[in-house]
Amino acid sequence: MDLEDTKVEAEYRARARAFLEANCEPRSGKITPAEPYQPGTPAMQAAKAWQAKKAEAGFAGIRWPEKWGGQGGGAIQEVIYAQEESRFNTPPRGVYEIGLGMCLPTMIAYATDEQLERYTGPALRGEEIWCQLFSEPAAGSDLAGLRTRAVRDGDDWVINGQKIWTSGAHFCDFAILVTRTDPSVPKHKGLTMFFIDMHDPAVEVRPIHQMSGASNFNEVFFTDLRVPDSQRLGAVGDGWRVALTTLMNERLAVGDEPRPDIEDLIAFVSDFPLNGKPAIEDPVVRDKVADWYARSQGVKNARFRAITALSRGETPGPGASIGRLVNAIKQQEMARFALELMGAGGIVSDPAMAPAQGAFQQSLLSSPGQRIAGGTSEILRNIIAERVLGLPGDVRVDKDVAFQDIGKA
Amino acid sequence: MNFEFSEIALEIRDQGRKYLAAQNCLPKVRAALEGNDAESDALWQGISDLGWTGAAIPEEYGGHGIGYEALCVIAEELGYSLAPVPFSSTAYLAAEALLATGSEEQKQAWLPKLASGEAKGTFALAEGVGALSPDAISARFVDGKLSGTKWPVADGDGADIAVVIARDGDDRIVQVLVDLSGPGVSRTALDTIDASRPQARIDFDATPASLLQSNEDPWDNVLSLLDRAAILTAFEEVGGTQACLDMATAYAKERNAFGRSIGSNQAIKHKLADVFVALELARSNAYLGALRLVSGDRDLTLVAATARVSSIQAFVMASSENIQTHGGIGFTWDADPQLYFRRANALALGLGPLAFWKDRLITALQRRPQD
Repeated sequence: MDLEDTKVEAEYRARARAFLEANCEPRSGKITPAEPYQPGTPAMQAAKAWQAKKAEAGFAGIRWPEKWGGQGGGAIQEVIYAQEESRFNTPPRGVYEIGLGMCLPTMIAYATDEQLERYTGPALRGEEIWCQLFSEPAAGSDLAGLRTRAVRDGDDWVINGQKIWTSGAHFCDFAILVTRTDPSVPKHKGLTMFFIDMHDPAVEVRPIHQMSGASNFNEVFFTDLRVPDSQRLGAVGDGWRVALTTLMNERLAVGDEPRPDIEDLIAFVSDFPLNGKPAIEDPVVRDKVADWYARSQGVKNARFRAITALSRGETPGPGASIGRLVNAIKQQEMARFALELMGAGGIVSDPAMAPAQGAFQQSLLSSPGQRIAGGTSEILRNIIAERVLGLPGDVRVDKDVAFQDIGKA
Repeated sequence: MNFEFSEIALEIRDQGRKYLAAQNCLPKVRAALEGNDAESDALWQGISDLGWTGAAIPEEYGGHGIGYEALCVIAEELGYSLAPVPFSSTAYLAAEALLATGSEEQKQAWLPKLASGEAKGTFALAEGVGALSPDAISARFVDGKLSGTKWPVADGDGADIAVVIARDGDDRIVQVLVDLSGPGVSRTALDTIDASRPQARIDFDATPASLLQSNEDPWDNVLSLLDRAAILTAFEEVGGTQACLDMATAYAKERNAFGRSIGSNQAIKHKLADVFVALELARSNAYLGALRLVSGDRDLTLVAATARVSSIQAFVMASSENIQTHGGIGFTWDADPQLYFRRANALALGLGPLAFWKDRLITALQRRPQD
């Protein structure tokens, strides 16, 4: 047993680290509040420039085929790069994560060579950004219940409907879009996938103002959007399978504990005074921090087990899937506890006055989203129960009913 | 990265799983609970023959020298099966204490017997209820004689030797080795929450004992012994958690209510998913403990305390939710879930409770080197 890299892995890590050292500052104890991304802002320009630099150095599209500008590498290289990147202050990956991690892999699986020739390069270099138009007002956890209609008209499809919770739609150039093409068959069977130009005037993006104050998500409306049939991904009616390809590409979450993380909390309680001593001397503080530390380490060590499996060319065990479930609630608990220690003053979020520049206040207000985004904690528990423990699926009353008749019985 | 047990250790684990399944341990645990013979002598002989008792004892002292990986996987299987054997007190505590602080003569006298299973050992620390601390130690070791009372002492009734924590004439903490067949030893079996891991009260009255020497502070030695044992116990708890999850999942699939299996209800699914998450956290933290044990790190406190906290939480939760998933039948005397519930709660206390280990975890964090 060891946590050492193989020779090949060590070489890769050294190369990644050298690249990062040459281009970034190491992670510091200071928590910089995340800035929302808007087109043209300095934060967005920095993210674009960083993506271009990564692509040039060969640290973008690590798992993509070389034919499309990728590195033809495996999941283990991707994990090693992400581990190294988390030790540095880089522009957050969020801008590109969905496009490069999910949309383009779907394109690579279903688009024509001609199309891939056109789209992969600019995506990899960060010049064009992609998003994923999946969730709808009436189809969140139950994604297959979506209603956006695509109707065939000659060589085109005409699309009408609405998507919601689309991360980054306000700064994206292209998207993959799942639609309903046949409401007369059961819900999973009547779906079809397309890719579209987000700058088409028939596409309207309206940012959603989140409770945290930021606007990372959007509503997206389609009014008679015409899409050529050549932009269809997969067969007509096969959209569910294509969507699963996209979701399966959600890479092994790495470094997914958002800051302020457990180390930031330990730093805070080691310094913050409580009853004339650092808060960490208080038995209640010790009890709670020990809990969160053990959970945090558990996620980290579970990831080492998953990486071991990847490194051997095996599929990681189910333990790899627990990270988001554990971290989401932990973030909420830790943020609330930090504020609790601050007493009435914890109400104040002004970065000039609040400890840690208000990072814990901001974390509190963004934490509810962590338990929902990308699959609610409840859906994640269902997945563990059904796919890992093998418990039977819930009774599905709409499974064999034509989509147009659901709820009418 | 190789964060997985070696092939040899995994073979030992598979062999252990099969052997203990064939031994059908749960009826033995129940026998102990009902005051009958648990046939633990035969089981002890069996696991000694498999070489488990000598797995981590070096060959020069009659062991197999396979190392801690073997001990970790054996612990997991003992936890999974609930085998009623005095393995932890002998292998994680007595043998480890001798290896760490015994003189050559003391080691030669006892390690070969512990390795072969001919002798059993225990570790006598607590003196009744209350916090684990040097202040709670009042047993006296003066002029080679030990006097005082220790309870609870795990497997103390059947042990041949004990490593006892006492105070010398100058009030300093000392570790001494006692042959329990000697004079002035009287033992009383105690009623406990888990009869399959018996506990005793041992009264010493001028019992001959020999000092276990060490260059380090003896209380530090105690804590370091507890750290090592905590990692091994974490594996027992991981095994027990897995057994509870398996049992609850199987029952949730087969039990029907409202026209469908109860396992198709989210109330049950989410409960068992949470148990799975706790198990994965505990197993992953125990793995890091195993790695540090194997690599011979001297300061194991942070990883040991982390593993201990997660594994206590996982097994206590899993054993409780296993009963809950079973409903009324799970609360009956004749059903098996209670056996795991008893073991989970006993293991959660034996090496010091959750609060003790959480405090140790934070202390270790505070003295962590800053990079």
